[in-house]
Amino acid sequence: MSILIAIAVVGVIAALFGALLGFASIRFKVEADPIVDQLDALLPQTQCGQCGYPGCKPYAQAVADGEAINKCAPGGEDTIKKIADLMGVEVQPLDESHEQDNRPKVAFIIEEDCIGCTKCIQACPVDAIIGAAKQMHTIIIDECTGCDLCVAPCPVDCIEMRVIPETTQNWQWDINSIPVKQID
Amino acid sequence: MQSILERITSGKFWSFHGGIHPPEQKALTATKAIRTLPLPKQLIVPLQQHIGGEGDLLVNVGDKVLKGQPLTLASNPMALPIHAPTSGIITAIKKSVIAHPSGLSELCLFIDVDGKDTWIKRNKNQDYQQLSSSEIIKKIADAGISGMGGAGFPTHIKTNSAANIDFLIINGAECEPYITADDLLMTEQSQAIVDGINILKQVIAPKNILIAIEDNKPNAIKAMEIATKGLAHIHVCVVPTKYPTGGEKQLIKVLTGKEVPSGSLPINCGIIMQNVATCFAISQAVINDTPLIERVVTVTGQALDTPQNAWVLLGTTIDFLLSQFSAQPLESGKQPVIMGGPMMGFGVLSEQVPIIKTSNCILIPSKQEMPSAFDRQSKEVECIRCGECAVVCPSQLLPQELQWSAKAKDYPQLEKLNLRDCIDCGACAYVCPSQIPLVQYYRIAKAEIRQQQILDIKAEKAKVRFEARKLRLEKEKIAREEKQKKAAAARKAAMNKATPEAANAKSAVAAALARVKAKKAGTTTAAAPESSKSENNVEDNTQKSQVAAAIARAKAKREQKNQTKDRGNNANTTEDKPPQDSAIESTADNTKSVASKPDDKKAKIAAEIAKAKAKKEAKSAPSITQSTDEASTEAPIPATQSDNSQADDKKAKIAAAIAKAKAKKLAKSTQANQSTDLEVTSGNADVDANNTTLTKSEKKAAIKPSHEPNISDNIGSSNTDPSNTDSSNKTQNQADDKKAKIAAAIAKAKAKKLAKSANENTSNNANNNTQKELT
Repeated sequence: MSILIAIAVVGVIAALFGALLGFASIRFKVEADPIVDQLDALLPQTQCGQCGYPGCKPYAQAVADGEAINKCAPGGEDTIKKIADLMGVEVQPLDESHEQDNRPKVAFIIEEDCIGCTKCIQACPVDAIIGAAKQMHTIIIDECTGCDLCVAPCPVDCIEMRVIPETTQNWQWDINSIPVKQID
Repeated sequence: MQSILERITSGKFWSFHGGIHPPEQKALTATKAIRTLPLPKQLIVPLQQHIGGEGDLLVNVGDKVLKGQPLTLASNPMALPIHAPTSGIITAIKKSVIAHPSGLSELCLFIDVDGKDTWIKRNKNQDYQQLSSSEIIKKIADAGISGMGGAGFPTHIKTNSAANIDFLIINGAECEPYITADDLLMTEQSQAIVDGINILKQVIAPKNILIAIEDNKPNAIKAMEIATKGLAHIHVCVVPTKYPTGGEKQLIKVLTGKEVPSGSLPINCGIIMQNVATCFAISQAVINDTPLIERVVTVTGQALDTPQNAWVLLGTTIDFLLSQFSAQPLESGKQPVIMGGPMMGFGVLSEQVPIIKTSNCILIPSKQEMPSAFDRQSKEVECIRCGECAVVCPSQLLPQELQWSAKAKDYPQLEKLNLRDCIDCGACAYVCPSQIPLVQYYRIAKAEIRQQQILDIKAEKAKVRFEARKLRLEKEKIAREEKQKKAAAARKAAMNKATPEAANAKSAVAAALARVKAKKAGTTTAAAPESSKSENNVEDNTQKSQVAAAIARAKAKREQKNQTKDRGNNANTTEDKPPQDSAIESTADNTKSVASKPDDKKAKIAAEIAKAKAKKEAKSAPSITQSTDEASTEAPIPATQSDNSQADDKKAKIAAAIAKAKAKKLAKSTQANQSTDLEVTSGNADVDANNTTLTKSEKKAAIKPSHEPNISDNIGSSNTDPSNTDSSNKTQNQADDKKAKIAAAIAKAKAKKLAKSANENTSNNANNNTQKELT
């Protein structure tokens, strides 16, 4: 008889704690940041599509699914390093096909040549171009990510990518001005 | 607070961590009075001379300006105006090298000094006690006063704080070696400085005012004590000499024992600090209505013959200063010029750099004095982990650790090590036995972190915009689909009603489609070498077109739904569209006759188009009246000159199509077979000049002759010469007609291919086709 009581008591306690834990796991659930969002946060958000995906989020999804980590040209080495850290894989050099001038740029519309076709507006992933049909268009420089996507659709080639000029605001101390000597 | 004041009055102070005692070198200039300089020939006044934005320009090149006249207008609270330092003429507004370690250029005003030094009208006001706080703050802002100790924060913002202030600290510590500008200013202008302090007191209403002066400035201390005699609320505090006592947080610690927390401002602890030179500038601005146009600059260093402090107009270039202080010109390029002190200053890359509101010292060291400044080669060796840097760091950081992380670009680690609390004082680099330029590494890292933060913000913004756009496109797509569905349903309902209108519409569409077919058949046969007038061909055409018409009618019902699409898919869209439209408008029962006599029909269509065009041209382009006249005269005579007008019309379109295709192709790539294309174009362009002109004016935007010099050359040349022969020579017209048709076929083929893809292969194919059809 006493053994039955013991089993019943232990059973009740187990059920109680089980219920408590179950409640706690729902009530105090910690929202884990999914890997895709973490990857997306590392990408430069230019939405340029140079990786072959229609935006940064899709590429983040692809990387999470096992795509190569070295396809983000605007992010460059730094981004590859960060993704490699996150994914626990080896750092790879930037994809050969992207080897190019990676200085930050913004698009610029040569206004006298613009015919107002609105093609670039449709191509811009971040709505950084303003204009209307048969009206001259222009770029909102502060919003432009320099993704290059508006250049190809322009029928009169009036869009060019211009390197952001160096000012005292964005100037960086040149590491080379401090000659660092290697000690043998 | 009482205990703090007691301590201060008894001459006891707290001490901050670390600090160094570098050789002072102040004796070079400390004993000589502030000198006034002759007016320079030219002033270069940068628009931005402080932290914050630049104002909007108020003057233009060629304007005459008077001394003290505002040159810019502050458009936001952080911006400050600048003023003309003397009277003269603005000769240029352009970019010039500014006082910044990068040696970058910023917008500057170039003023040619007229030597008269004529003041603008000033409202001197001795009675500042009558002014309200907001009036005083406005005066300070309008005078363009920024902190003159080095950072250059706009003074009116610092002053305009509602917080309860315990201490107003006037910083006359001037701890950096060599510099004696504040020392001399206090000695000579103590009364004006006290006036400035009283004005600040009126605005800020602090409980106590402390003037901090290091004990190596006996003259300044004496002068300030005399000037503040009888003012119980002002205490002159003689603090022990140590570098960097003049640092804001360090001086607060020394005077009050309070430590301003990391990332916080002194104002949150109830403390405001102002430089003595700023106080002087405030008294000048409020009492004398004199904007900030000159300041005391210590021009020192053993390479100079007569180092001395001087009143220097803002915008005076360094080479003018050097010419005043040195008998023989200095070796340009070899002699280092340091702006600011030896600890926190930076090397100036050009001697055209102007003095600005924050420049307090120009240091020209001799080689014995500062060999490191001459030696471009760094003597840096490995860190020996002696820990001296951590001992002297006034911010209690770990410079050695920071250095490693900075070299490794490990920014998160630098954040953890509180790099942002580094005040760039350079004490660590000064004591480093391995001569590591520690502070340079920190500056690089700080700039990069700042840049990274800006990029992060930008990326976040881009992400938001991208997501928003995606959402919007999705919505638009759904809305469009719904609309299309509705429209399709409505169309279906209308068709099924079987009303006479519906039947009419049906037959009209069918007729139009049939005509398209017929015309296509006609064009293909016309492209054959035989003339389209030959009897056999006409009969052939008739048969073919009848068959085509029958097929077309059968298809008509199915096609009427996506009729527009079909039309678009046709290669010869540009040619077909106008005939279709005009035919639909005209008659529906024409079908048979039109189909059996394609040439006749073509002529009619052409005539109509020509008429329509003529109307349009007459409206839009009166400049090309000649061609318009021709088109309109030719159009109404279909019987005799039908071939002519038709050919002309067609040719115009062909030319347009070719030009368009060309423009696109050429824009994309210049290819090996370009030359053959060009030949074809020129051949076609030669056919009819008038129509090319029409086309040109119509398609001005699309063709963009300025972008394609080849095409424009062809068009241009054809515009001039063959136009005379065209109207007179009919036989040539026949030949031209043929050519035009061939060209049409080529253009069509090309247009189609190019539309799909503009790679080399396709263009080669197009050219092959060209050759085939030509042979």
